[in-house]
Amino acid sequence: MPKCPECDADVTVGADAVKGEIVACPDCGAELEVTETAPPSLALAPEAEEDWGE
Amino acid sequence: MSSVTPTVGVLLSRVRVEEKLLLEELDKRHIPTRTIDDRELVLDVETKPDLGVDVVLERCIQHSRALYALSVLNTWGVPTVNTFEVADVCGNKLLTTMRLIRDGVPTPRTRIAFTPESAIQAIEELGYPAVLKPLVGSWGRLISKVNDRDAAETILEHKDVLGTYMHSIYYVQEYVPKPGRDIRAFVVGDETIGAIYRSSDHWITNTARGGKATRCPVTPDLNDLCVRAARSVGGGVVAVDVLEGPEGPLVNEVNYTMEFRNSIDTTGVNIPAKVVDFVLEVAARKADQEAS
Repeated sequence: MPKCPECDADVTVGADAVKGEIVACPDCGAELEVTETAPPSLALAPEAEEDWGE
Repeated sequence: MSSVTPTVGVLLSRVRVEEKLLLEELDKRHIPTRTIDDRELVLDVETKPDLGVDVVLERCIQHSRALYALSVLNTWGVPTVNTFEVADVCGNKLLTTMRLIRDGVPTPRTRIAFTPESAIQAIEELGYPAVLKPLVGSWGRLISKVNDRDAAETILEHKDVLGTYMHSIYYVQEYVPKPGRDIRAFVVGDETIGAIYRSSDHWITNTARGGKATRCPVTPDLNDLCVRAARSVGGGVVAVDVLEGPEGPLVNEVNYTMEFRNSIDTTGVNIPAKVVDFVLEVAARKADQEAS
């Protein structure tokens, strides 16, 4: 099970997760990006920037 | 129209609920799909980009990346949903306003000014309260309701000193008193496929800011208004924000990389399926053009 890079908690990544998906750390709430799926690995997701949106 | 199944490229920055639903819809139909991460993309602008796809569905979270990628793709004749034109117009509130005015689509009264002093004049021409918005931005961020001159002077000074040069292009709108909600309507091609009310006690009703979504019936009038707005910005797959003003509905904004996670159950419309249908139509039209 991958660890949260922010607080080291175990983070469950669903079997249907895809690369680039965002999950939240259940302990610290950090937004994490799924960088690999087999095996799953996580990185801190980029912070929102000014031109983000719809 | 071409019956060959195209390969669809999905240009994205991160896989949010919307992108996941779109990818699931493509997978369900066995449509060959390539996801293209904008962080890894290198476009040789001097030759036609060979992405191995027939059509690109743009789903970048960053407006600037979407805009420039679409510019290159469309210049080289790669069909995209949406187009560079739509991204350019919808990504900039003033360009959207000018299109709506050009095409007679009702929209809130707006002023543009380039200095804090002239911005005060613009605000006072419209009257307090007025609304100051950044030209580029989304999710209701950095939108200010300016209730009086003191607030105006403070906000304008902050924008002038702390903001980038884009924050010194002052886009000022009349404040439209609305009934605790606005309307978000989803347009695909020439049809408003569904709509929601976004209700909030706060004057900003974006669902990203806590607005609650409930079903809004698509009346013929609402459909007509939203399709006109969509055509005005170039057409495609867009979300039109409508304010119910005292003198009638006003188109406030048009969004070109629409978010719809809160709207599928609410509207009862399979929005990702409608988007995929449209992407396939665009690809088929391009294939027919090339064949003829």
